This record gives sequence, C-alpha cells and structure tokens, in this order.
Amino acid sequence: MSKNLTNFQNQFECETGNYHTFCPISCVAWLYQKIEDSFFLVIGTKTCGYFLQNALGVMIFAEPRYAMAELEEADISAQLNDYKELKRLCLQIQQDRNPSVIVWIGTCTTEIIKMDLEGMAPRLEAEIGIPIVVARANGLDYAFTQGEDTVLAAMANRCPSDSLDNKKEIQEDQKTPLVLFGSLPSTVANQLDLELKRQGINVSGWLPSQRYVELPNLGQDVYVCGVNPFLSRTAMTLMRRRRCKLIGAPFPIGPDGTRAWIEKICSVFNIIPDGLKEREIKIWQGLEDYLQIVRGKSVFFMGDNILEISLARFLIRCGMIVYEIGIPYMDKRFQAAELSLLEQTCFEMNVPIPKIVEKPDNYYQIQRIRELQPDLVITGMAHCNPLEARGINTKWSVEFTFAQIHGFINAREILELVTRPLRRNMNLKALGWTTLVEN
Amino acid sequence: MKLAYWMYAGPAHIGTLRVASSFKNVHAIMHAPLGDDYFNVMRSMLERERDFTPVTASIVDRHVLARGSQEKVVENITRKDKEEHPDLIILTPTCTSSILQEDLQNFVDRAALESQSDVLLADVNHYRVNELQAADRTLEQVVRFYLEKAKKNNQLPTNKTEKPSVNILGIFTLGFHNNHDCRELKRLLNDLGIEVNEVIPEGGSIQNLKNLPKAWLNIVPYREVGLMTAVYLEKEFQMPYVDLTPMGLVETAAFIREIEKILKGLLSKRTAKRLELTNNSLINFEEYIDKQTRFVSQAAWFSRSIDCQNLTGKKTVVFGDATHSVLMTKILTREMGLRVACAGTYCKHDADWFREQVLGFCDEVLITDDHTQVADMIARLEPAAIFGTQMERHVGKRLDIPCGVISAPVHIQNFPLGYRPFLGYEGTNQIADLVYNSFTLGMEDHLLEIFGGHDNKEVITKSLSTDFSFHWSQDALLELGKIPGFVRGKVKRNTEKFARENGINQVTIDVMYAAKESAGA
Repeated sequence: MSKNLTNFQNQFECETGNYHTFCPISCVAWLYQKIEDSFFLVIGTKTCGYFLQNALGVMIFAEPRYAMAELEEADISAQLNDYKELKRLCLQIQQDRNPSVIVWIGTCTTEIIKMDLEGMAPRLEAEIGIPIVVARANGLDYAFTQGEDTVLAAMANRCPSDSLDNKKEIQEDQKTPLVLFGSLPSTVANQLDLELKRQGINVSGWLPSQRYVELPNLGQDVYVCGVNPFLSRTAMTLMRRRRCKLIGAPFPIGPDGTRAWIEKICSVFNIIPDGLKEREIKIWQGLEDYLQIVRGKSVFFMGDNILEISLARFLIRCGMIVYEIGIPYMDKRFQAAELSLLEQTCFEMNVPIPKIVEKPDNYYQIQRIRELQPDLVITGMAHCNPLEARGINTKWSVEFTFAQIHGFINAREILELVTRPLRRNMNLKALGWTTLVEN
Repeated sequence: MKLAYWMYAGPAHIGTLRVASSFKNVHAIMHAPLGDDYFNVMRSMLERERDFTPVTASIVDRHVLARGSQEKVVENITRKDKEEHPDLIILTPTCTSSILQEDLQNFVDRAALESQSDVLLADVNHYRVNELQAADRTLEQVVRFYLEKAKKNNQLPTNKTEKPSVNILGIFTLGFHNNHDCRELKRLLNDLGIEVNEVIPEGGSIQNLKNLPKAWLNIVPYREVGLMTAVYLEKEFQMPYVDLTPMGLVETAAFIREIEKILKGLLSKRTAKRLELTNNSLINFEEYIDKQTRFVSQAAWFSRSIDCQNLTGKKTVVFGDATHSVLMTKILTREMGLRVACAGTYCKHDADWFREQVLGFCDEVLITDDHTQVADMIARLEPAAIFGTQMERHVGKRLDIPCGVISAPVHIQNFPLGYRPFLGYEGTNQIADLVYNSFTLGMEDHLLEIFGGHDNKEVITKSLSTDFSFHWSQDALLELGKIPGFVRGKVKRNTEKFARENGINQVTIDVMYAAKESAGA
C-alpha cells in the first residue's frame, strides 16, 4: 500500500491550462432553479450574455430569474456611476420579480475594471431592503462548476448563526446538527436525506436550501459535509469563517461513493452503519446489464467540471480502464478522501492508477487520444462531434453536471449516460461508417 | 448599464471568428479568459461540424492581469503555427482585451517575424461593433491584406476570366441557411451561363484571394456581411457589385436584371474583342426569368391559387436581420397579398436603409434590439402569424401565434440537413411553404380549440411585464367560454383593456358587453 501511495504522488501532472470548459457564470442556470426566491444578476458584457443565452438555450425563454447587467462603454470608462446604475437595475428587478435575494455575479470585466461589488452591496442592500450576495464567478480564476462554489461560499456567510432558540430546537432533534452543502435537485437531496435517516442521522439543513429565507443555521457545533467535489472554497469558508466541522468524505457518486460517504458520516457520529453493505451489493446487482457493456472498456476524461475523480473512481469499480483524468483544478485536501478511495479502488480492481492531469492542454490531449484510441472520451461539446467523426465514441461531459447522479438510486443514471454512446455505436458498427472525415 | 435577458446579435469577436473559421486553413486565437471559447461549441453543435474548430484561446488569467500577457500571446501564435501550419492566424480581441488595452498589434508584429503563417490582428472593438459589423470588417480586412500583398509582390492577375464570372461575398459559417443559399445561387448563375470565380469566406482559400479581381463583378447576397469588401473591390479594382438579395420572385428577377445590366455595360466597353459573347443570347435573361417565374418556381402559381387567396389581408409581423426582414416584408405584401402590420430589425446600425426599403410595404417600422419591445409590439398587434427569429418563435408560443423562423439568431433546427435555400427560385418555393404552413397550423389550432381539444387556460395579459390583475366573475367566465376559440383571446384582452381604461377590477358580464359596445363591434 505504501509503495502504491508513492506511485500515486507521481500521478499528478499540470499542463498549460489551454482547455475548453464552460464559464463559471453558467452556475446561475441551475442555482436560480434551486433557490426559488432568488434573482441572479450577472454583471458583465455581451460576451457573458451571449454565452448564457446559447448555453442555456430553452431556459432563456421560460422567464428565468436571471439577467445580465450589460456593461456599456460608459460604464467601462467610468462616465457612469456604478452604484447608481446597479441601484436602478436592482430596483427594477425588485419591482418586477420581488425576490428574497439578489445574487450579483462578478465577471472578468468587473474584475479588470475593479468594480467594488463587495463594497457596494451592503450599502445598496441597506438602501433597498433586499439582501445582496456577491459572488465573483469569473473566467479569470475559475472553471465551470466552481461558479457554484463561489456562490455557496458567499452564501455561507449569510446563513443564520446558532441562536439560543434554534439551538434548543435542534437539540431536541439531534445532538450534533449536520448540514450538507452543494446544490442538488430537491428529489436527489431528499433521497440523500433519506439514506442518512436510515442510519439514524437527521440532516438539519442544506446549503443552498430550496429558498433563500430557509438557509440553515451554522456555528461551532455544526458538522458539514460536501456532496460535490468542486466545493472547496465553500468548505474552507464553512470551516474558517463559520467554525463548522468538516467531514472529509468521498462524494456520494456511484454506489461505492455513496456507501463510503455514508460510512464516513456515520463514523463521525459514532454510528455503526446498518445494512449498508447489503444495499450496495444489491445496487451493483441491479446494474449488471450496464456493467456487461462497460467492463474492460477504456475511458479518457478530458476534464472540464471537477467531477472527474469521482466519476473515474466509479467507472474503475465498474471494471473500466481509465487512461487519463483531466481536471481543471485539483484540491488535494478537499478531495483527499475521494483520492484515497480512488487509490484503493485501483488497488482492489488491480489496475494501474491513472494519470491525473490538472489544467490540461486540449491539443496535447487530442494527440494522446489519437494514440491511445480509447473506447470512450468524456469531453466538452467542442470536441465531441469532431472526435465522433474520427470514429471515437464520446460522451458530453456537461450532461453529468445536469443529470441526477448522486446516491444509490441514481447510479443507474451515470451508467445510462456512459453507455449511451457505446450502445448507439454498437448498433451502427455493422454499417461500417465509423470514420466520417476525409483523410 | 442595461438590464438584458436576451440579445439578437452577438459580441464582436463572434463575427470575426465566424469569418476566420469559414476560410480554409485559417486559425483564430482569441485573447480571452477561460470559457470564452464557447464559439467552438456553437459551431460544433449547430453546424454539426466534423472538424475541430480552428479557434483556440490565449488564456487571460490572474497572471496576465498582474503582469500583462508578455510572451504568452506570441508563444501561442508561434506554437499554433508549428502545430497546424495555417496560412493565416488571426488574433482576435474580446471584451476583456478591449479593456486591458495591451498592445496586441505589437504581439502580432513580433509573432509574424517568427512564424511561417501570416498573422493579423482583427480590427474590431467590442464596445463599438456587434457580431455582424465585426464579420463585415474582418472579411474586408483579410481581403485587403491579401490583395495588397499580392500587389506588392506583383502577383495580381490582371486579366478577367474568359466567360462572365462573379465572386459571391458573405457566405459564412453559422449564417442562416447560408450553405443552401450558396448552392442555389451557384445553380442560378450556372443557368445564366455565368461562372463562379470565388466564394468567400466559406470554404475559401487565402491563397486564392488574389484571384478575386479576375471576376467581372461581385455579388453580395446579404446586406450584413460582404458589403465592405465589395465597396473596397469596387474602389481598388473598379469591380461593380450587385447588392440586391435574390429572395422572392420580384427581387430575384431584379437581381438577375441587375447582373444583366452590368454585364452588358462591361461588354459594350470591349465590343470588338468579344463579339461572340455579345451575340450570345445568354445575356438576355428576360426569357429565363419569365420561364422560371411562371413554370419552374411554384411560388407565382401559389400566389394565384385559392390557397393563397385565403391568406389575403391576414395580419403579420416581421422581425429579423435587415436583409431577411426587408425581403420577407416585400414578399408577404407584394407577392402574397398579406398585410404586414409591423416590420422590424435589430440591425440598428442599418436603420436608415431598412426604413427606406420597407416604406410602403408595412404599417409601421420597429428598430430595436430589445426583445421585450418586440414581444410587446406583437402582443399589441395580435397578428395571425409572425415571421421572425427564434426569439419571436418563443413569443409566438407564449401568445399562441404561429411563427415561421426567417432569420438568425437561430437554433439547431434552423440548420436542416435537407436542401432549404431562402434565395433563388427554389428559395421562393421554400418560403411559400413556410408561410402557408405557419397559417394552416394556426387554423388547425383554432379548429381544435372550437371543438374543445385544448384546455382553455390563457395568459391574462400578453405583454411580458404584468402590472395589473383582474378578477373575472364566474358568470363572465362562463360567457367567455361560449365565445368561439379563435376570437376568445381577443375578446378577453379587449375586455380587460376596456376595464383597465375605466379603472374596473371586477369583470362581469355587464363589463364584457360594455367593452364590446365601446369597441363598436
């Protein structure tokens, strides 16, 4: 094992960071749906707006609770007063939608022109009477899902403190409150709540909650645990600013991950998990039809959403061979438990530990893909069609972000996604049109 | 600052990238933060492009903010030069680089020394121009660069082609039905005995740009992109150009006649040399126009048929880019006898031309890039059908009005695999189908409603912002239910309008009748 660990340390690489991913402002797409009484105002340029509009497609037309505060030349050259402009727009939003919170999303442009959003927000908040949360989810610093991390980190500061009354209430419920963090569709959140309840653990709240006004209590006695691997800033904020105790666990993705996640939480609460092993086995049995398709197949993660380590770990357990795990950003501390589960999984499945490439270079990756000819490449939409045309099966990585993949119940959903290109292309194979580009 | 949910034209760099990636073997490098390469996704998804989009980013991150790009941009250019050996690399500024104000021209000059490829800095300012204007500029910039280069090296071919020939300017990637239109244009020109010299930028090669002056004239099918290039070529090489859009029967004929006029003019200048051509009956296109119009295209016959008679005077709204909106307005009024209550465009930079073109073809003109204004206009006019962009399609869905999509911005369903030109004679057939199908669908919908096929849930007001709420009494609702479906919505809104004007909150049967009376119907 110790020899393995040293090998593992050598598995990290860092490339040029020239890779394709979504801009972190895309987090408004799922967060505005999750937090029902919120309004997200993205303060940026036409470029940001164009991205949101095209990336979120149909949602644009469903009267979303998000909008652009589009900066014009006069804003950039400071001929207009930022504060007055933002006040005007926020009053309009207040009148039209009356949200319980307005979230300002800072972008590259507000960074460069050094617009003091954090400074203006409290003043404006006092003036118009709506909480304003500031999150800097920009492409200068972050990738894709990290956008949610910046929003939740900002929101963690807005969670109420453990006041005496609340404490009493919680004490009746459970001695040590547990708050889970990470935005999940409410059905998935309920499923995870239920899994923990089976072990006698009550989840006292979620960050984010369904409504802004229902944000959970935080404080010294509160245990917190993440459900997604890209939430390292939120974890840091919860520990340092809110003095919560972080449970470092693998993430509840795949039946193996879910079991490890629950076991870790149980161990903190001194509970011996009941029937968990049997439950995992049963879930695996139910997946057998999919497992037959993926066993022995190879997969290459180009990397764009930080779910890669957990997904790779699950797929290795499913019997796949992972050639490379590309990942935008690797927080070895926050993902420590996940990394060691990956290591253990590789050891148990008797496969070499894959190379983990942080800030990958898509051009070099495509050279490696050409060489390795993996059975499946998990990548962004920019590369899917060109790779498919060259006879390489691909799965669009963004789907893993939007699909329900957490907990025991949704393990099937992950494999449904992973096997879809394999199943489709098995059907097409007989036709002999695998390569559709002229050489 | 502007509160915006949706935009019609994209940011400037998208225009530059569309032109760059349309050419063969041209690579664009964006000076942009992580995530701004969304263009690649659009091209790969919407156009279902098989090749990797030749666009990469020279990433602007914290380090760049702190210390400037320094060697990064130059390294990225030279690296791409070695990896892909493109003919040309276009450094593309974005909104971010516009404010950073780094000396990108300096990077380009330095990189040009080291690389085999030519290197250009796209001359576009994010805050001044939009996607379409940027595309127009970039195309002109590239053409100018290569023609001047050829001139300097004495590589400019001086002779014209043997037979009459044209360049088609402005066909490019992610353009609305551009590829189909191009095929149709080529077919039309072939019928007329005219050769196509070069098509740019789509599929064009940088090496062939020097051959542009060999054509007799230039064709600019779309108002938005290519005009600057045509004007440049006219000024430098005295090449005439046709900027009419051959969309609809009347305009296609006008387009062909214009070509005829120019060709005849050119030929009369060199009569002695080209006797055989002047004698060629091909230069008289009238017969061709007549035959195509009456017998080959079905559109003229369609206008005459009783199907189209049923469309007479039906109220429509048209909105889109300048080209498609103008031409669609003309087709609907002039060729099909419909009534265009409002024609509009989001090409604010071309407003004067637009107004002049639609004058006399519509009741009112709307020039805006604010989609809520368009939606409110549609709600107010209550047309029987809309011809617009994807945005208007969604407004139509909301208001239960059928919509035909005639212009970008578009979705993947507007990149059909089948042959769907909007230009030329086949285009007239496609447009006739589009118009007719929009209306029949609308009729079917009403019939369904009359026979109770759908539930009667209705949006209360049709404008996007609700500021007033009504309460309908039970008996008034029952009464409303008795009104035939296809006018029910209108009656409801008229009643509410009346109630609003008279400060009534509770709508009863009495109010309904009063409203009907005041409307005089």
